[in-house]
Amino acid sequence: MSVVKVSNVDIAITRGGIKIVEKISFEIQAGQILGLVGESGSGKTTVSMALLGHTRKGAVIESGSITIDGNEIVGAEEKMLRSLRGGTIAYVPQDPGTALNPGLRIEKQILESLEKHQPELDHEVHMARVREILTEVALPSDTDFLRRYPHQLSGGQQQRVAIAIAFACRPKVIVCDEPTTGLDVTTQSKVLATIRALCREHGVAALYVSHDLAVVSELADNVAVMYAGRIVESGNRDEIFFNSIHPYTRRLIRALPDIAGRNQILGISGYAPMPWDRPSGCAFAPRCADAQSICTQSVPELTQISASHNVNCHRHKDSTKIVATARIERESISSSTQSLLGIDNLNGFYGSRQVLFDTNIHIQPGECVALVGESGSGKTTLSRCIGGLHDDYQGQISYFGNALGKHALERKKEERRDIQYIFQSPYASINPRRPIGATISRQLELFFGMKGNAADARVKELLDLVSLPHAIITSFPDQLSGGERQRVAIARALAAEPKLLVCDEITSALDVSVQASVIETLKNLQGSTSVALLFVTHNLALTRSIANRVAVMRKGTIVEYGGLDEVFNSPKAEYTNRLLQHTPTLK
Amino acid sequence: MEKKMKPKSQLRVLAALTFKQGYAKIGGVIVLGILFLAVFGPYFAPYTFDEFVDVPNAPRSDTLMLGADYFGRDVYSRFLNGGRSIIGLSFISTVLGVGLGLLIGLFAASAKTRTDSLIMRLNDILLAFPQIVFVLLVVSGFGTSVFLIAVTVGFTHAPRTARIIRAAAAEVMERDFIKAAIAVGEKRQRIIIGELLPNVTSPLLVEFGLRMTYSIGLVAAVSFLGLGLQPPAADWGLMINENRGSLTVQPWGVLAPIAAIALFTIGVNFITDSFAKAAIGIDRKGKE
Repeated sequence: MSVVKVSNVDIAITRGGIKIVEKISFEIQAGQILGLVGESGSGKTTVSMALLGHTRKGAVIESGSITIDGNEIVGAEEKMLRSLRGGTIAYVPQDPGTALNPGLRIEKQILESLEKHQPELDHEVHMARVREILTEVALPSDTDFLRRYPHQLSGGQQQRVAIAIAFACRPKVIVCDEPTTGLDVTTQSKVLATIRALCREHGVAALYVSHDLAVVSELADNVAVMYAGRIVESGNRDEIFFNSIHPYTRRLIRALPDIAGRNQILGISGYAPMPWDRPSGCAFAPRCADAQSICTQSVPELTQISASHNVNCHRHKDSTKIVATARIERESISSSTQSLLGIDNLNGFYGSRQVLFDTNIHIQPGECVALVGESGSGKTTLSRCIGGLHDDYQGQISYFGNALGKHALERKKEERRDIQYIFQSPYASINPRRPIGATISRQLELFFGMKGNAADARVKELLDLVSLPHAIITSFPDQLSGGERQRVAIARALAAEPKLLVCDEITSALDVSVQASVIETLKNLQGSTSVALLFVTHNLALTRSIANRVAVMRKGTIVEYGGLDEVFNSPKAEYTNRLLQHTPTLK
Repeated sequence: MEKKMKPKSQLRVLAALTFKQGYAKIGGVIVLGILFLAVFGPYFAPYTFDEFVDVPNAPRSDTLMLGADYFGRDVYSRFLNGGRSIIGLSFISTVLGVGLGLLIGLFAASAKTRTDSLIMRLNDILLAFPQIVFVLLVVSGFGTSVFLIAVTVGFTHAPRTARIIRAAAAEVMERDFIKAAIAVGEKRQRIIIGELLPNVTSPLLVEFGLRMTYSIGLVAAVSFLGLGLQPPAADWGLMINENRGSLTVQPWGVLAPIAAIALFTIGVNFITDSFAKAAIGIDRKGKE
């Protein structure tokens, strides 16, 4: 019997009646995990909250039915919903840092739902359950730990406490909204293992919402792919990951960085439409290579492929298979030439705390060095030292053999021009009150004294280079999507005609399909302009698609530095090995 | 849910969003009305502001719409003549004060920590003086010139505006696009004008509206205390002072200017509050 049954659910904004999600139907059996996959704005969080009978302010479940363990949720009274929430259906939030109450001890936070839902039991029984559940999520259950506050735990521990709270009352259904997004890969794999084990052992039906296909492929039994408010394809894990039919699913899988290096990542041009400007017909049609006239005219109906496999596509019979193309072998660039950038024995500090220890990296002209590390490894500090934004360090950074000033302002104009820094978040790195064209042309004026028509023409060239339309010259940043903004940031950096681009986690704020196309852009640039890249990332799999050499960083020390294949095939450091093992991947 | 708007000027967009709100519309009508009264009022006045038309404190009649004041002059004519000075003075002092405060605030926010602290602590000392006390101190020391009142009132606004602007600008300084500008070697003044200033326009305009209402209050208060404009000049603040003695016999000499000042203040606040709301909406959309 299905514990969760969702049929034909529409959720709309109350004012204006614009639909956020449409015709959502799925079922989850006891003990099974359904992965709900989608990019930002697809409506996956809206659907997951609807299972709890909750809609965000200003939205309402218009029609359809949601039953949880036989209880109808749509139109249910608040009192009834409250008795279900936490008891029958529980929720694991995305960011435990904000979801846990910072003023309450761990013990109290787990006890709360037990006391609410099982008031007939004694305190001793509750405490026993608290200890039991903490053991189940692989946390210590001693009194000392129970007396702690959330800020005394690490991110992974906080997330496991959140999971413990959700599982405390032995729910029938659990909803996880990207619970591992903020975690490092090693922590992530432990948290995923915990969720998997708990669902199996206790027969809990789980809805796991994520934008990360690799994570879903490791965890889920069944997968539903959402795009622009609809489920475009659903099926069991193998059907979705190895026999997908919908062009969007296929492209999405091809956009996924693959740690085994079997395929080259491929982006999807454009971006997902927001609910209020979704096109008529199939919402994916404007981005789809297979689109025909029928696709823009009518919304495709559900087609059953097998007992479990369903797809919403007009061209389900003949959509193009996208064959994985093998990664182009990238030769290591010989290090006999003089280094473009040399970092020697660099020790970096934040006040009295040392964050970088004896770091050495040399970058040759035209090559891409990936700097990989988990959060807190010091990779951003190192890249900021190179960019001249962090000057609290000892040791030397040299450019073609000449020592660089520590702060950008102590460097020569040419040095500032040749080394360009691109920031992590495109939402913060572009002046929101200045048109895009002015942002880019300012760079031309600053470094080359270029103005007027010459500058306008050059701005257009640069926009072509990063595949942006010329029309955005007069736009302001808030009119662009995240991917477009990051391209603007890249164009701004390229305007200086740099020799080295320092890219600090530049794709981490972007959807996978957009990430893939930004990576493609960077690679094409490398081919056409022979710019060197320092590509900083926490995603080891991503480096396979772009880097010549990889430096792995841990706690401020470079633990591994070598050619791409060397690092992936025969890692020397135990830490690299661990990263390789824990990085989720399609298998 | 704003559809994509034509680019051009974000300020224009903000203005459009501001005046979409009901309160802003009401505020706009009030402010325009009072401004019209102040600027063109004298042309409609049946008498000059200093001619004696009746016995002191004469009640309202067919010829005297609002009666006569304590000297026997027409309240209505004096009311129509008295707006220019107070609104003009307030406007000048607001421009001066907010302008100076803006400079101090932006300079401090973009300066090194130590310079910033020094400026802001000096600023705090100035903040310790209540505005009215400071204005009275200067005016009683140097005489009651109209120009001096405007400058002094403006000066007392500066440290208060500087606080607000520094706080707003300090937050902007931490954002990555400022770091990007620093990394490519933009000059300090260029960062202040090109990057910082455009990003503090919302708090700046709200602050301007707020300081404008404070100015009106201060200028009126100075006149009321007899240190502002001198008799026989017509001025709303002065009128309140002159006629308060006869409030019970002939209230119009006090009520008319009070109503005008209050309405103007309320109108300006309606607009600035709506503007702040519109700006929050836009900024939130930008940050996501």
